Amino acid sequence: MKPKVAVVQFPGSNDDHDAQWALKALGADAQLVWHAETELPRGTGAVVLPGGFSYGDYLRCGAIARFAPIMDAVARFAAEGGLVLGTCNGFQILCEAGLLPGVLRPNASLSFICRDVAVRVERSDTPFTSRCEPGQRLVVPIKHGEGAWYAPAQLVEELDARGQLLLRYEENPNGAVADVAGVLNETGNVMGLMPHPEHAVDPLLGSGDGALILASLLDAVRDRSLVATS
Amino acid sequence: MKATVLVRPKEGILDPQGQAVEQSLRKLGFDVAQARVGRVVDVEVDAASADEAHAKVDEMCKQLLANPLIESYEIEVR
Repeated sequence: MKPKVAVVQFPGSNDDHDAQWALKALGADAQLVWHAETELPRGTGAVVLPGGFSYGDYLRCGAIARFAPIMDAVARFAAEGGLVLGTCNGFQILCEAGLLPGVLRPNASLSFICRDVAVRVERSDTPFTSRCEPGQRLVVPIKHGEGAWYAPAQLVEELDARGQLLLRYEENPNGAVADVAGVLNETGNVMGLMPHPEHAVDPLLGSGDGALILASLLDAVRDRSLVATS
Repeated sequence: MKATVLVRPKEGILDPQGQAVEQSLRKLGFDVAQARVGRVVDVEVDAASADEAHAKVDEMCKQLLANPLIESYEIEVR
């Protein structure tokens, strides 16, 4: 059976179709789910919150999307151990919703940055990086104006000690604390990252490295469904 | 009742917008040591007293208007 992934569409999401396309190309049954829904589709194995500018980025990025009806279902899904991946705006939403630590701030340069960056994968023993080697360098594009991850120094230390700072920039493009590009929650089932793996699933488009993250997620969904049915 | 909420970047939090404003003010010849940029939210709230209005707006700040990791806020009830 194909791993079933729900890609949430908020008003202002703009990478929803790219995420769906990339997941399908990697073998998933990827469905778009409108933000006003109150339940995830039956059998959902993972949720992806895509990039974009949900609710116009009003107030703070992700601050309003967090109150979308579907987010209660996403929070329940995550609390039960469900796999949730947020890219770019999805990462911002997960931070504002308290599902991931920290917050995304305006880039130090104040410029919108749109280019490929190199990130280092710190661990491969997670559902989001199992296809990578620890320390592997991935080239994936970023495109954001507010991507500088921030958390107070003590929290950063704690997260680092627990291995939750999963992806780090080789060269920090946006002023993120500790060069953080992607973060894992404490229970290891929710991840957010500013780079866009869904834009890097085919070498023809510059890099196929993003596919490693999405394919890791799909592997994890497959593994879990095997456990559930056996 | 009407209330005004002032949301500010906390001390020590990098405020690139404030820095850009600060530099622009200097270019205009103003002697500015520092500029920080925050946000103002005016709200009208049903409340019988200023204390009640303040308590309601405080809750709004905690739940939505400010992110306590990076922002502080002040509430003025009129």
